Amino acid sequence: MIWQIDLMILTLVVICALATITIKDLLGAAVVFGVYSFLMCLLWAEMGAVDVAFTEATVGAGISTILYIGAILRTTRRSKD
Amino acid sequence: MKQLQEKAKQRQLGDSLIIKTAVRLMVPFIQLFGLYVIVHGHYSPGGGFQGGVILGASFILLALAFDMKTSFKHMSEKVNAILGNLGAAIFIGVGLICALVGGLFLDYSALNIIIPLGPVEWRSFGIFLVEVGVGLAVMSIMVLLYWNISSSGKMDEGL
Repeated sequence: MIWQIDLMILTLVVICALATITIKDLLGAAVVFGVYSFLMCLLWAEMGAVDVAFTEATVGAGISTILYIGAILRTTRRSKD
Repeated sequence: MKQLQEKAKQRQLGDSLIIKTAVRLMVPFIQLFGLYVIVHGHYSPGGGFQGGVILGASFILLALAFDMKTSFKHMSEKVNAILGNLGAAIFIGVGLICALVGGLFLDYSALNIIIPLGPVEWRSFGIFLVEVGVGLAVMSIMVLLYWNISSSGKMDEGL
């Protein structure tokens, strides 16, 4: 555990989380959420929890991003803001 | 985003030679890696769940890069359902056999009565059997989730 790398990844995680909830475009938000998942995966791996990092990389960054994008492409935008 | 949805409706999304060739080359290696993760699950990072997700992701990649018909050609809906149920049956079956033979539920060392390998070896081999079951079930569910979401439940054309 190197605290400088920890701090760097944590800062990026917070930035990505804030970006996910502020971006108006749904597709962009889904992609940034994938980036957030991958940064969390890096954080887990750096902390030594390799099994959790593996699950986060496959499910969080892989499948759930694809499912979000698939669902977004099938929805229509109703609100005008 | 509207443009993307139009393209998705006319099935022109991701219709490029580079993507198709790359996916055709990548899919066998992804599946091999998924099998490696499942088989080595009990003494290294990974396991049934992660390996199953990787195996499912390879079929999702096929359905994304080509269309849903291509992915049905490689794994049809029927085969998918059979594999998923087989996975759940392996998990429950191993546990129940352990209980019926005289041990506790999922206590693999009790299987030593059927095939005498030694209780320690059976603990290692039993968790391997369970991981295979989990991997099959997770792969089936992940592929089914993508098929249903990307075609709004109609299972006809996909994205």
